[in-house]
Amino acid sequence: MRKLGAAAAGLAVLLVGVPWAIAATGRDDLYYTLTSVALLSIASAGVWLTFFIGRINIGQGAYALIGGYVAAILVVDYGLSFWLTLPLAGLFCAAASILIGLPILRLRGVYFAMVTLVLTEVVRLLALALPITNGASGMVNIPLPGAIRLFGITIVPDFAKLRHPHLAFYIVSVLLMALCFGGLYRLVHSRVGKLCRSLQQNEELASSIGVDIAWLRVLAYAVSSFLGGVGGAVFEAISQSIYPSSFTVTDSVNFMLNCFLGGLGYVFGPMIGTFVLYFGWDLLFQTGEYQLLIYSTLLIALMLFLPNGLLSLLPVARQSET
Amino acid sequence: MEQVVANGVYLGAQYALIALGLTLIFSLMNVLNFAHGQMYVLGGFITYLVYGRLGLPFVLALFASGATLAIVGALVEKLLFRSVIRRSLREESTMLLAAAIAFFLDAVILLLFGEKERGVPKIVNGVFISDALIMPYDRILIGALALAFILSFMLFMQYSKPGRAMRALAQDRVAAQLMGVRVDRYSMIGFALGAMLAGVVGGMLVVITGVNSGIGGPISIKAFMMVMIGGAGVVGGAIAGGFILGMMESVGLSVLHAYGDITYLVIFTALMVFLSLRPQGLMGKPWG
Repeated sequence: MRKLGAAAAGLAVLLVGVPWAIAATGRDDLYYTLTSVALLSIASAGVWLTFFIGRINIGQGAYALIGGYVAAILVVDYGLSFWLTLPLAGLFCAAASILIGLPILRLRGVYFAMVTLVLTEVVRLLALALPITNGASGMVNIPLPGAIRLFGITIVPDFAKLRHPHLAFYIVSVLLMALCFGGLYRLVHSRVGKLCRSLQQNEELASSIGVDIAWLRVLAYAVSSFLGGVGGAVFEAISQSIYPSSFTVTDSVNFMLNCFLGGLGYVFGPMIGTFVLYFGWDLLFQTGEYQLLIYSTLLIALMLFLPNGLLSLLPVARQSET
Repeated sequence: MEQVVANGVYLGAQYALIALGLTLIFSLMNVLNFAHGQMYVLGGFITYLVYGRLGLPFVLALFASGATLAIVGALVEKLLFRSVIRRSLREESTMLLAAAIAFFLDAVILLLFGEKERGVPKIVNGVFISDALIMPYDRILIGALALAFILSFMLFMQYSKPGRAMRALAQDRVAAQLMGVRVDRYSMIGFALGAMLAGVVGGMLVVITGVNSGIGGPISIKAFMMVMIGGAGVVGGAIAGGFILGMMESVGLSVLHAYGDITYLVIFTALMVFLSLRPQGLMGKPWG
């Protein structure tokens, strides 16, 4: 109950407090940054889930790209509503990840990591080569999300007619993020979650006492890719464009770094990690040409002094390590 | 056809050297060195500096590249990886460290050498021409040099005392320690050696293709692929992987040329299919 209260309070701060603070200070540009953090943390949450079953996933950029393209193609070529394409993009990614995952989830350790890294490149090259994705010039001028009406009542207004589409996207992203991490928390603390944890420790042992490891890891990978696809689809809607270079190997590596930085043992690690990494990078922008140097030095220092992630600083979290 | 094969062998020799360094580091420390491509680029720039700008002999430049990278590698292992491996709960944490080092080297290279593409004067002029084959002499020389390095590396690993110690470490860390191998010391030597190989290849290739600060990441990915084809942590596998990738690239570029820029798409897809059939690569132990 206390946890539920804390979550509700956190959500209230994000949905009411942050817009109020932004309106008071007039820093409208922060909406875009915060929206990006929310969306990237959704994709990172997927990567975290694959870490949870003991796999290093450097392929989330592939699914984010697929999700973005699926949503874009459905909206532009087939005229579907954005709100419908959002789950469809996620489901498409999940289906693709089951096909891809069945063979490659047999790999472990660095082998899996390297195959997923290559997967990111494959999808980027596919996006360049396929006719439907319009090659290197990408897809641009994708319409903004339309309205949702139910029995004549407007539930979600048309984004194109809003005065502050940035605020609307921010709220959508925060809600999605809350949904994603709430679901992830439930999943990790459910029976399936405990079984997943047994995979992380020892797959053979888990298998020998009757855990269906093949099914579990495909399931976890599909959920992970679903989150990647949804994140990519919303990203595409905000920028109203998608290119083969929208999500590359660097993004895949960053998704993984977000998880590491927050701490692999904590469900909310990817959220904290994404926030710190993204804002840290933005803040360092003022240092000009030394941006990358300072950023990477800080990363190395963090790794030296906090090798188990930022959240390992919390005394409470240390007791209930997951 | 002969031309394609010759190009493949030449490319493969370079690639195999890069993959050897990566696989050596992996087999000793279980670390996937994300910064390998950046080490290669750094080696290239040092040769550019010593040979291209200062005008000193090429051999000296190559030596400088190798020595600098060996020092960098030794420091990285001693100061960074060793302590993180000791204190981290999960061994994957080294990947974050490796990625951060890759960013760091990228930044250093960019600050020191700028973003321009850099080339150096040819070491030998002229082109070898026969009925079936056209090959510049400098490529032949660099290819032969690379083959010589591969051979001497294998002999070193097989017959020297440090080589034996490192092979023992790769086989079983605890057992090697119990037999009196100084684990820390040979981990450092191994890391330095792996980094040195990357630097030497960088120095050799700057003569042919030039070097720029952005190619580190793509080189790392190629190195990962070679290691995967051959099997991670196996010397023979890295060499085989290097030659196979070099050959596929050479054949792909000439055969698939008509269909546009899809060589790498085909190679990547083939690799994923191959790995799902044979997860440990050609010669690797299952599960690395």
